[in-house]
Amino acid sequence: MILRARFCHHFPGKPFGLEAQYKNLMDLLKQTAVQGESNSVLIVGPRGVGKTMLLKSVLSELMEMKYIKENLLQVHLNGLLQTDDKIALKEITRQLQLENVVGDKVFGSFAENLAFLLEALKKGNRSNSRPVLFILDEFDLFAHHKNQTLLYNLLDVAQSAQTPVAVVGLTCRLDVLELLEKRVKSRFSHRQIHLLNTFGFQQYVEMFQQQLALPKEFPDERFAQEWNRNIQSLCKEKMVEDILQKHFNSSKDFRSLHMVLMLTLSHVTVSNPNIQPTDLLAASKQYMMDSKANLLHGLSVLEFCLIIAMKHLNSIYEGEPFNFEMVYNEFQNFIQRTSHSMHKFKKSVVLKAFEHLQQLELVKPMDGASVRTQKEYQLVKLLLDKSQIMDALQKYPQCPTDVHLWAASSLE
Amino acid sequence: MSELDHGKYPEDRILSLKEKLICRDLQILTLQSILGEPHHYSYPSVFVYGHTATGKTYVTETLLKTLKFPHVIVNCVECFSSRMLFEQILNQLQGHSLSFKNEYTSCLQSNTFNEFVLLYKQLVHKQNLHNQTVYIVLDKAERLREMDSNLLPGFLRFQELAEENATVIFLSEIVWEKFRPGTGCFEPLILHFPDYNKADLQKILSQDHPPEFSADFYATYINILLGVFYPVCRDLKELRHLAALNFPKFCEPVQRGDAKEEDTRRLWRNIEPHLKKAMETVYLREISSSQWERLQQEDKEGEHLKGLSIHAHVELPFYSKFLLIAAYLSSYNPARTDKRFFSKYHGKIKKTSFLKKHEKTSNHLLGPKPFPLDRLLAIFYSIVDCRVTPTANIFSQITSLVALQLLTHVGHDDQLNGPKYKCTTSLDFITAVARTVNFDIVRYLYDFL
Repeated sequence: MILRARFCHHFPGKPFGLEAQYKNLMDLLKQTAVQGESNSVLIVGPRGVGKTMLLKSVLSELMEMKYIKENLLQVHLNGLLQTDDKIALKEITRQLQLENVVGDKVFGSFAENLAFLLEALKKGNRSNSRPVLFILDEFDLFAHHKNQTLLYNLLDVAQSAQTPVAVVGLTCRLDVLELLEKRVKSRFSHRQIHLLNTFGFQQYVEMFQQQLALPKEFPDERFAQEWNRNIQSLCKEKMVEDILQKHFNSSKDFRSLHMVLMLTLSHVTVSNPNIQPTDLLAASKQYMMDSKANLLHGLSVLEFCLIIAMKHLNSIYEGEPFNFEMVYNEFQNFIQRTSHSMHKFKKSVVLKAFEHLQQLELVKPMDGASVRTQKEYQLVKLLLDKSQIMDALQKYPQCPTDVHLWAASSLE
Repeated sequence: MSELDHGKYPEDRILSLKEKLICRDLQILTLQSILGEPHHYSYPSVFVYGHTATGKTYVTETLLKTLKFPHVIVNCVECFSSRMLFEQILNQLQGHSLSFKNEYTSCLQSNTFNEFVLLYKQLVHKQNLHNQTVYIVLDKAERLREMDSNLLPGFLRFQELAEENATVIFLSEIVWEKFRPGTGCFEPLILHFPDYNKADLQKILSQDHPPEFSADFYATYINILLGVFYPVCRDLKELRHLAALNFPKFCEPVQRGDAKEEDTRRLWRNIEPHLKKAMETVYLREISSSQWERLQQEDKEGEHLKGLSIHAHVELPFYSKFLLIAAYLSSYNPARTDKRFFSKYHGKIKKTSFLKKHEKTSNHLLGPKPFPLDRLLAIFYSIVDCRVTPTANIFSQITSLVALQLLTHVGHDDQLNGPKYKCTTSLDFITAVARTVNFDIVRYLYDFL
């Protein structure tokens, strides 16, 4: 239960290896909350690096102070939810619980709303109005709004001596400043906090151990100790280390680690209370699965033959797009060469198989105008690699031998 | 024990699940352990993919129903706008159904994702669901990609946005790599439902055997059926449909008394050509299933009835036929051969050098090429014997051929000044048309010289 919550819900925990950034952000927000300075800051970092976690832990520490808790107003906005300025504005008025709000219903037009809000923000000054903290999640999406009105107004308030506001943007785009208009950019303080995964593999293993360990407050103390001891011994195993190294090499973020751990935990039952290295291996295999190979495995023999024909066309014409007639011609050549008539199908049956491949998006049409040309002559492209096809062929159950030979005979 | 307890579920429920869902034990176990218990947190989003008819929807639905989890199942094909999607989720959550009485209006209106999240929160609190995980199942999730761009990333991190204990399950045939938006998103937990192998299919299909015959007899039938259709089709739905359709024919000899149930060879010889024929007709929907059944009852041969594709012949006016033939010739012949084919005094061209083909592949492989209107008219005048005046009628016939989709207009920038066309008819069709006007089209086609 505890571990589930940790992996799935991303509870605010202690940020790992981000002490400097933590302090930086902490000071900044404190200045806004206590001294009434207006600030703006961007937290930039790749997905899953802990931007939200950092912010949340800073906020929870700030909220422990009584003065700040009573004083600071928070407005949370998300670029995914507030897709345009109008919605965002409504959301701001709702979250600030301003006077013109009755219940949850907001009235007034966009212009009125904005004017009202700006008026409310302008009236205040540094000494006697409560500071407002704006948190803009998915900041880059806000930059796609029309004229960037919202950003302009927020940053403008932060620039001029009005109500103290702090604008905190969270984004994963490193070039987010290029998205901003000139006037918006000039009002932004250009304070950026970069979060990058700068730890080594040894720390990664420590992290792994720390994530799996049960906390001290766990009710059944004996079980917790036993569990933690088991985790410690688990980390020393060679196999576990190899798996972790593999994951570390592919990505450093914790979300993928969490996913693997979640899959591992799903193997743990009453009868099997401890994590075995094999569980981790199974989970890692499940995580690393090549999805296209999985799809190829489920194709019928006819569809697989078509894929091989396309592969041959690709190697002959060097990646030029092709149409169904060419594939069928290639397939027909193969059938004529082999003596027995096992794969003799009508053209329309083959066409149905071809359409199924298109539906699975293993084959992509070159141009969108599908109505204009006949489906036999529509140019398509194969979205599979040569090695992927050959690997899938090896694993294909009950593959006829002549198909095998045909696939191998590409170099002629 | 803090983690998963399978023991807490009533054993019989699991057993009944396993009975209902055959050959899916591993998937059930994984899904179940990921879903956990109602008050547990579950992973924010789970992405399930697999081929058509591998039981993605069925397993998920039965699992959620038997375990009595609060859940909502929405098909994304039905919801062509985001608003419909939101309202359907909210309606199902509230147990509100659209009917005549409420004039098919939903109880809550939400136009944007923002409103949806707010209403969702309210509704969950009203229904006292906030200490349970609510599952939102989005079937045919590939359609989400074509809807608003914030929808897919939004649903992926729905747990975080709504701050509720919710899990969104995506079901799709297409792999996750094709879903990922440009700036990335919250990665879901990816599960694969593998295809059924031959033995699995045999087992599943043998399940619904008719009571008047023995199970072994039906199993033999399924075995023969799979022998014919398995290389082409692995779709369980299709196979099941075909099995149901062709079974009366199979048991016919037994009913007549010609063969016993154990006489496998004879039964096989009886059914095999029949099944081969079925592949060319019913499988391609040339003949509808009811027609096929009627044919079997009347004991006619399967070919008697002409399928849909036979009816492709279209009756056209005289000039339209020639226009179409001219269009076909100009689409599939290279322009430099026009002089040789259609001009009476074509000067001295050596026959041998003309016959030497320059292209490696024939034009019938590459498809039709676009041609200008002038060339179409020139060929048209040279193949029509009598004098034709270029009246408005002729030109309107060209545009109506475009409307019938026998020709297509290429590059619609210029309607009046030198438009280009392409011919989109098949060779069979055009030879049939040419035969009606006594025109030997094959003689004029470059590919067949």
